[in-house]
Amino acid sequence: MSAAKGLNLTLKVWRQKNDKDKGLMETYQVSDISADSSFLEMMDILNEQLINEGNDPVAFDHDCREGICGSCSMYINGEAHGPGREITTCQLHMREFKDGETIYIEPWRAKAFPVIKDLVVDRGGFDRIMAAGGFVSVNTSGNTQDANNIPIPKADADKAFDAATCIGCGACVATCKNASAMLFVSAKVSQFALLPQGKVEASERVQNMVAQMDEEGFGNCTNTGACEVECPKGISLENIARMNREYLNASFTSEET
Amino acid sequence: MSVLDSKIPEGPLKDKWTNYKNNIKLVNPANKRSIDVIVVGTGLAGGSAAATLAELGYNVKAFCYQDSPRRAHSIAAQGGINAAKNYQGDGDSIHRLFYDTVKGGDYRSREENVYRLAEVSTNIIDQCVAQGVPFARDYGGLLDNRSFGGVQVSRTFYAKGQTGQQLLLGCYSAMSRQIGKGKIEMHNRHEMMEIVKVDGKARGIIARNLVTGELERHSAHAVVIASGGYGNVFYLSTNAMGSNVSAGWKIHKKGAFFANPCYTQIHPTCIPQHGDQQSKLTLMSESLRNDGRIWVPAKKEDAEAVRAGKLTGLDIAEEDRDYYLERRYPSFGNLVPRDVASRAAKERTDAGYGVGTSESGEAVYLDFSAAIMRYGQEQANIHGHHDASDAKIKELGTDVIEKKYGNLFQMYEKITADNPYATPMKIYPAVHYTMGGVWVDYNLMTTIEGCYCIGEANFSDHGANRLGASALMQGLADGYFVLPYTIGDYLADDIRTGAIPTDSVDFDEAEKSVQSQMDFFVNNNGTKSVDYFHKRLGKIMWNKVGMARNEKVLNEAITEIKQLREEFWKEVKVPGTSASMNPELAKAARVADFLELGELFARDALAREESCGGHYREEHSTEEGEAMRDDKNFTHVTAWEHKGEPSDAVLHKEELKYENIELKTRSYK
Repeated sequence: MSAAKGLNLTLKVWRQKNDKDKGLMETYQVSDISADSSFLEMMDILNEQLINEGNDPVAFDHDCREGICGSCSMYINGEAHGPGREITTCQLHMREFKDGETIYIEPWRAKAFPVIKDLVVDRGGFDRIMAAGGFVSVNTSGNTQDANNIPIPKADADKAFDAATCIGCGACVATCKNASAMLFVSAKVSQFALLPQGKVEASERVQNMVAQMDEEGFGNCTNTGACEVECPKGISLENIARMNREYLNASFTSEET
Repeated sequence: MSVLDSKIPEGPLKDKWTNYKNNIKLVNPANKRSIDVIVVGTGLAGGSAAATLAELGYNVKAFCYQDSPRRAHSIAAQGGINAAKNYQGDGDSIHRLFYDTVKGGDYRSREENVYRLAEVSTNIIDQCVAQGVPFARDYGGLLDNRSFGGVQVSRTFYAKGQTGQQLLLGCYSAMSRQIGKGKIEMHNRHEMMEIVKVDGKARGIIARNLVTGELERHSAHAVVIASGGYGNVFYLSTNAMGSNVSAGWKIHKKGAFFANPCYTQIHPTCIPQHGDQQSKLTLMSESLRNDGRIWVPAKKEDAEAVRAGKLTGLDIAEEDRDYYLERRYPSFGNLVPRDVASRAAKERTDAGYGVGTSESGEAVYLDFSAAIMRYGQEQANIHGHHDASDAKIKELGTDVIEKKYGNLFQMYEKITADNPYATPMKIYPAVHYTMGGVWVDYNLMTTIEGCYCIGEANFSDHGANRLGASALMQGLADGYFVLPYTIGDYLADDIRTGAIPTDSVDFDEAEKSVQSQMDFFVNNNGTKSVDYFHKRLGKIMWNKVGMARNEKVLNEAITEIKQLREEFWKEVKVPGTSASMNPELAKAARVADFLELGELFARDALAREESCGGHYREEHSTEEGEAMRDDKNFTHVTAWEHKGEPSDAVLHKEELKYENIELKTRSYK
């Protein structure tokens, strides 16, 4: 399993001091990288090298390093989260690369995700969309009805779960030529639309979340399906279809004009 | 007489919480609008507390170092959450959950806190379902359960291997609703650097904006610390890279006692370390032990051949396998508690039976072949394939396992490039959770007035060992159902206080001390990176304060950590400036705190001259290698008071009284 010899690589990394800076690609060399290392461990080695040389290390978001927190967000060789399907950057391993290869590393690029520094972008738009309607309006009381008083068909519960596994990383936006956030928004809309608890506010929810999505400057969906391909959690395009139905339904039946 | 007052309410155990709630002071809705509460951390504990306090009407200021509250490390919890619902009708009850938790914690937790936890556990499930958390269900549409270690009932609710994610997103949803209303002022990418006390009460914090580097003053009538555990003192752990002790450590240095720092949970089933470039370890959920069987080769020569790459697990015949947990603990088998399972793995590996390919051989097998055949046969029966071939049964069984644990198997395969459906997984224990933490009373208040500590960051509910699926339960219990009551009782006295000004001397001084530390780091002419020191600290901790401890190595650890700390302050090198985004600077401040905690941790392990739960002292064990508690001398909590250096910290004891449960030697045989 372990590599006989480490990899030597050329890295082209996007460097940008802050949101005002224009930014540029810098070239670095790293050597003797274990094939069993993760991509971010390779980035750690690059940073250790930069620090020892007295240079500024590359800033990048990362935290859990097991593919669930949604922090990591690198555009590697022209793909969100790099080569491989249904993985985040932190789950990408160096065995996917060849000795001597040149790797291009960029941040998510979208108008609604401005660069903060190097590979770190501001995904606050996602939080604001959530605050516009990504919830069931129930206060904490301990007096809600017994959990088993709401039987939910297993198929619906499973579908709601699949939609709910979105980690909010933003790969869908970064991948989409329109920088659309439809996959992200539809995953949350679908989760609640599929469950009886979410149905009460379904109409208001979809309208408010979509309105906020538009206000944030995310683009529209033209059904290229790239988001589904790059989504680390395999969120299905069906969710976008469901959201469109929900939205249409809401706009016809809504009492507000 | 102890200086610690746990403030346990009067009355019989089962009525304490109800009586307490009936007798506390309340704050009316209009007055809540003029009271501010700071919550540091947005995991299950902090997130649920922030949401609930805001729903009640308080003005909440919440802080997280991540770019969104949804990314707190609770998100990574895989297996499930316990609740005494008894939906399976298998004999569960509040008392049984209480008893299992106290016993699982090796009789080192507070009865009253644990009972309350068991009591509110059922509300958590109701609340989460009402929020739209998509728990696993059976074909009748009702909630499904599974079993976790150390218990004999099925009380664990789950959402595949992503229960923590679903619960945290539930919290985050509830928070989002309050953020939208303006009742929670959310500060993402902010780190708490210091607590501010005014007239002895917690009245605010100094936070650093991690984007601009600016220091900010935030005031409130109470401060809630919900910053998680300190497992990263070991450098390698299953915690997130940013998980740290700093919020807890800052309040410790300002008067909050730190309890049982040596109680660490080493989780038995993690993916073994691949090499020196490793940055973190990945857990394989305990739920896998429902169906997986743990074994090593029974013959040393087979183990050697596996380590040399000449044999694989598949080459070893059934009769040459040692299912050592089933052998040693027949009544609980593979589902013994985590501390027991971890030590047993270490024992086999140390004895030369490990199957890891690294130098140390550190790995054992977790094998699903028996479960695949069992489930396959069941499916074949259900579908009427009475003469199904072995291959067909295997295929049907693989499908069942895929449905139950698919995401975990996939995660394993991505990291190791091995297919766990075909060959047994290799696993080894890793640091996962810390039962120790900031000392709190029944109200979850620390020894600083008005400063609360909830979730993994406190010490209160798990004793010396936490049972699986109980961390999520505690986090949500504290945040949704306990703190919102207890903090109200305290804040009732603050309805006339008015907003706390931030232009006071107390804020000035706190800010100045933080600024000078930041300046020190960026101006220090050091030669070594922060990680260099963190890795060395981790090695000392793992080798000398890890799964097996003794007086000699603990003393060595104390000396070495002290030396390392001195070297850190001389030699640490932090690039960049303090007035900009500077992840290395943030790391430096966290590692500085770990270097102090590590020493106190080792001192605590040295002071506890017994083995209990996750704390195993080699001097205090039976010939068979089972832990030996000393109830006569150690049925207490150790709570350390800061007095300058970690070596000056003063030990206080809170005696633990068991009035409802009889202390017994924990046996899973």
